[in-house]
Amino acid sequence: MFHAGRPEEAANQALIAHPPYQAPLAGDRTMPSGAVFQDIPVSASIFPRTALRLDAISKAFGSHTVLDEISLNVPKGQIHGIIGKSGAGKTTLIRIAGLLDKPDRGSVFFEGINAPVHELRGQELLEARRKVGFIFQSFNLFASRTAGENIAFPLEAAGWPSAKIRARVQELLDLVGLADKADRPSSRLSGGEKQRVAIARALANHPSILLSDEATSALDPETTRSVLDLIRNLRDMLGLTVVMVTHQMEVVRRICDSVSVIASGSIVEEGLVSEIFAHPRSAAAKAFLKEGQHE
Amino acid sequence: MNEALSLLAKPLGETLLMIAASTLIAGILGGLVGIFLFALSNDRFAGKHRGARFAKRLADRAINMLRSFPYIILMVLVLPLSRLIVGTSLGTLAAIVPLSVAAIPFLARIVESALSEVDSGVIDAAISCAASKTRILFAILIPEALPSLVSGLTLTMISLLGYSAMAGVIGGGGLGDLAIRYGYQRFRGDVMAVAVVTIIILVELIQFSGTAIARSIRAKR
Ligand SMILES: Nc1ncnc2c1ncn2[C@@H]1O[C@H](COP(=O)(O)OP(=O)(O)OP(=O)(O)O)[C@@H](O)[C@H]1O
Ligand SMILES: [Mg+2]
Repeated sequence: MFHAGRPEEAANQALIAHPPYQAPLAGDRTMPSGAVFQDIPVSASIFPRTALRLDAISKAFGSHTVLDEISLNVPKGQIHGIIGKSGAGKTTLIRIAGLLDKPDRGSVFFEGINAPVHELRGQELLEARRKVGFIFQSFNLFASRTAGENIAFPLEAAGWPSAKIRARVQELLDLVGLADKADRPSSRLSGGEKQRVAIARALANHPSILLSDEATSALDPETTRSVLDLIRNLRDMLGLTVVMVTHQMEVVRRICDSVSVIASGSIVEEGLVSEIFAHPRSAAAKAFLKEGQHE
Repeated sequence: MNEALSLLAKPLGETLLMIAASTLIAGILGGLVGIFLFALSNDRFAGKHRGARFAKRLADRAINMLRSFPYIILMVLVLPLSRLIVGTSLGTLAAIVPLSVAAIPFLARIVESALSEVDSGVIDAAISCAASKTRILFAILIPEALPSLVSGLTLTMISLLGYSAMAGVIGGGGLGDLAIRYGYQRFRGDVMAVAVVTIIILVELIQFSGTAIARSIRAKR
């Protein structure tokens, strides 16, 4: 489970890039990357495996439709970017994928779970949440806890015995390069260190998916790069599947394999980063690339 | 003056007992009510259920009503309750009942607002750690809100000290009773002074300890 083979990855990328993208018609639920898996449970899908699948997700706040039947397949081991203007619905989408909010319509699937995870309740919902880690722009560490105690929380919640928790926390601190910061109150860490602790906390329960909502947006360029490199290394080491919501060109260029551009509630363009950077088709992608030049 | 001081011992004990007991009772019951109020109104807990919103409105009405009674009237109204709980409607023990009744809604509001002030992003993070609601409440929200909770409890104790001065009306004794019955009614200025100064010292002590505890919690963060 814990290595992303290169051939598999190439196949994944091919899958996401072909067939060429066409703008969806109203009511057309067939998305290019979703086509292969239509109506097939993730666990039954053929190689390459999809780690995260969103199927025709819709969400409105009052009369304002924020997401309009968005579908997305993220192959295992991929780092997938989601970009789009402010207010495009990126946060709304990734929170639904991370089981923090529910869609009005549509389904969320995780690899290895046979049911749509957004419909789970009670203990099953908690189990599904252990499969996905979430990191935030504002870090959201627990101020009442030290760095180590922050990382211990998901393990306490999963009922681990305290000796095992101690060992796992140390392992995670090593993994994110903060071995000597276990007892530091979380508010006395630098921004970069806070996000590393948040990453360790998100990965504590061995999730297979990591979701990031603008996780590097509050960091300076150098710290941003080091956190991005950490995320890429963790993907390589642990075989994680990563989805990064971002407005930073740097994030897409540096670590994303593929990217979806969302505008007014729909995915308007999707494919390999190299292809979209070379030949952007949608106005939204062109605007993003143009803005990025000034960074 | 020595005589005035010797008169002090018993009322001081009564006041301390009234404050301690009613703080403890209101701390537990008001704390629970406050947690319920928070859970009923917070979207991450029960807040999305229509039933919860209705229950919250009812609870809000009841609490506001209870809080708007002048204390002296509340004290008389709960006399039957005191008789039921402590077997008598007179004396120091009986005076603990109206004090607790007054402090419960007060503290409930303090707990509710302290919990509501915790950043919603922190709750999101706790949810994504796959913790149950109860665990999030007790292992994250209450520790996060602890400095505000301590400040709120300090405030409650100081109000209780003020209310306890009226306990004399139902034979509860205490420092306020000493000041009024000896100091005021028998024209004993020295007793009045001793009683009032003791109350002031108590207020300062409570405030000082509360502030110190809240500050030391914040300092460790
Ligand atoms: N809880 C909510 N209630 C009402 N409207 C909301 C809510 N959350 C988001 N919205 C609206 O939904 C739209 C999409 O918001 P969202 O936060 O998903 O955008 P975004 O793409 O993440 O933007 P940004 O890049 O600024 O973070 C916005 O118009 C926003 O005002
Ligand atoms: Mg956002």
